[in-house]
Amino acid sequence: MKEALQELYKYRGLLYMIAYRDIKVRYKQSIMGFLWAVLMPVLIVLSGVVVRFAYAMAAHAPLNMSDIAGVAVKSLPWAFLVSTIRFACLSLINNKELVTKIYFPKEIFPIAAMLASLFDLLVASGALVIFLVLLHTGWSSYLVWAPLLLLAIVLLAVGVGMIVAAASLYFRDVKFLVEVFLTFGIFFTPVFYDVSMFGDKGKWLLLNPVSPILDGFGACIAKQQAPNLPWLAYSLACSLLTLVGGYFFFKHLEPGFAESI
Amino acid sequence: MSDVAIRMEHVYKKFRKGEVYNSLRDLLPALTGRMFQQQELSKSDWREFWALQDLSFEVKQGECLGIIGRNGAGKSTALKILSRIMKPTRGHMVVHGRLSALIEVTAGFHQDLTGRENIFLNGTILGMSKSEIESKLDQIIAFSGIEEFIDTPVKRYSSGMFARLGFSVAAHVDPDVLIVDEVLSVGDSLFQQKCIERMREVLRSGAAVLFVSHNMKTIAEFCDRCLLLEKGRTVTIGSPQEVISTYMQSPANRQATADNTMPVRITSVKVRDEHGECIHFRSGQRAWIDVELTAHARSGRTSVTFYILDNKFTNVFDISTERLGHEAVELQEGDKYRCTFEVTLNLADGTFHPSVVLYRYDIQTVSDRWEPAATIYVSAKDGVRGIANCFPQVVRQEICKASDSDAVWISSSLTSQGQRG
Repeated sequence: MKEALQELYKYRGLLYMIAYRDIKVRYKQSIMGFLWAVLMPVLIVLSGVVVRFAYAMAAHAPLNMSDIAGVAVKSLPWAFLVSTIRFACLSLINNKELVTKIYFPKEIFPIAAMLASLFDLLVASGALVIFLVLLHTGWSSYLVWAPLLLLAIVLLAVGVGMIVAAASLYFRDVKFLVEVFLTFGIFFTPVFYDVSMFGDKGKWLLLNPVSPILDGFGACIAKQQAPNLPWLAYSLACSLLTLVGGYFFFKHLEPGFAESI
Repeated sequence: MSDVAIRMEHVYKKFRKGEVYNSLRDLLPALTGRMFQQQELSKSDWREFWALQDLSFEVKQGECLGIIGRNGAGKSTALKILSRIMKPTRGHMVVHGRLSALIEVTAGFHQDLTGRENIFLNGTILGMSKSEIESKLDQIIAFSGIEEFIDTPVKRYSSGMFARLGFSVAAHVDPDVLIVDEVLSVGDSLFQQKCIERMREVLRSGAAVLFVSHNMKTIAEFCDRCLLLEKGRTVTIGSPQEVISTYMQSPANRQATADNTMPVRITSVKVRDEHGECIHFRSGQRAWIDVELTAHARSGRTSVTFYILDNKFTNVFDISTERLGHEAVELQEGDKYRCTFEVTLNLADGTFHPSVVLYRYDIQTVSDRWEPAATIYVSAKDGVRGIANCFPQVVRQEICKASDSDAVWISSSLTSQGQRG
């Protein structure tokens, strides 16, 4: 275990290189470049506006600008999570040549998928700041929670990424299953809506470890409030558990990668 | 230095053949099916075979070990275990220092990146640090010989350029252990020469080299020792010349396609010059091939085909008794038959494998095949390259000087030499 981590550290140069390659290729292939990073969040925000508009119509209330800001804030980490899992899932299969020909710790691939998506998140965050300023969203000292929330979602993304990467190498249909979960996951996660809308029943939604994180982002950036700390602690614990479990799962299967791909 | 660079101790590798569930859609019904029927996985589903059995060897620093064997003998598996891509099922393996493998030199390339970007990417994958690559960048580009295309995406490269760039990067890793597998078959002959020189350099620097090739000439030239693998087992390890001749004469090698039930078998093939059996020939020299057959049962019309393979096992010459206008022979049980081919070896410099096959015209099948029946080394003067020697000469060479107002063609001195020859 300790040796494996030391080895990963030794190969960090390669990790950055693979992440750099993924970013470069992604931005080179699409003329859109920058647009690529903001496309998905923009689509999510637009969907959110439609959904929010429907709520407002049903409740005979005006469309609230701070709700739109909340959707925009939460759509970015969600897009990051989806993109990491999607790219990680294919990361081993798409690098078949490297998996079968050259030795290095293979968890580099899902981690690099996360780093590349993190870069997209960074680019999109720039756009988000402009958007929030236009919506006259204020800011508060509660922003200090944002890095912790980011850490939680990064750990979760890498953990899930490692599991789906290894599983999809052995079972070809895992990637379709993952796609289905990623597509419909947004309905079980508070992106378009807030957990508070459900009143007491909201806690059932918070059992999804992504929910308290997104809820927290919405709270500390869009609403200038503190995140729900007990639930955030629950999310962090789940993320850590997923990461450790995912890592062991990945490392357990790794010796067979070259033969099974 | 006599330190051990590679040590393999009793390494075994098992593969599973046959049905493997590679999708959940197949696996889940199979699992539930087993649950209800209490059926064990049948042995045929998980047919196992040993790709390597009890492989042990050592390579010292500064030493080159060649590995030869037929396809499927386990050579590639051995290299994959050495480069830690695969884990041995049993046994132990140690490599001291940085290992660099020329197994698939373009594996790390990405089609959409430029040559220069790929140098950095591939260099990192092969274990170089960024500063190390930066310091060697000019050398790498110069070695590849594609300076003008270095900022072009590699998807626009020809396959030769692609391979050359890959090799250039791999060749500039300073390894303690270098693994080479058949890469010399890429690129033109000039580039291959560069590669060989680079391998010599690596060897001189005190690194250990492990070399897998079908090219017996290079193995013989390059390696200090040679290992022969057959069906995953070590047949012999020793001096390259001895091991190569063992390989060439091993029955498995000769009767690759022969059916044991065939009534006519080849019993001996001898290649000789005017003085007797011989393996070194000059280009253009005459050679005689004596073939002897024995019939174990009555056989129909049989003809003898003699052919020559080059070092890549390409057929470069092929003739049969039938095509030379001789009746195919019919043999009774216990009969023997002998024939001798006379050929002129108009071959270029290199290793060639004279081979013999018996063909039964009546039942349209191959009765016996010795491939190769022998290995000969042909040496050609004048630096003739390729396969055939067409005995070239320059018989005319003239210059027309632009500065000369009369524009007269002037013969250079070579012309007279050519005419004399």
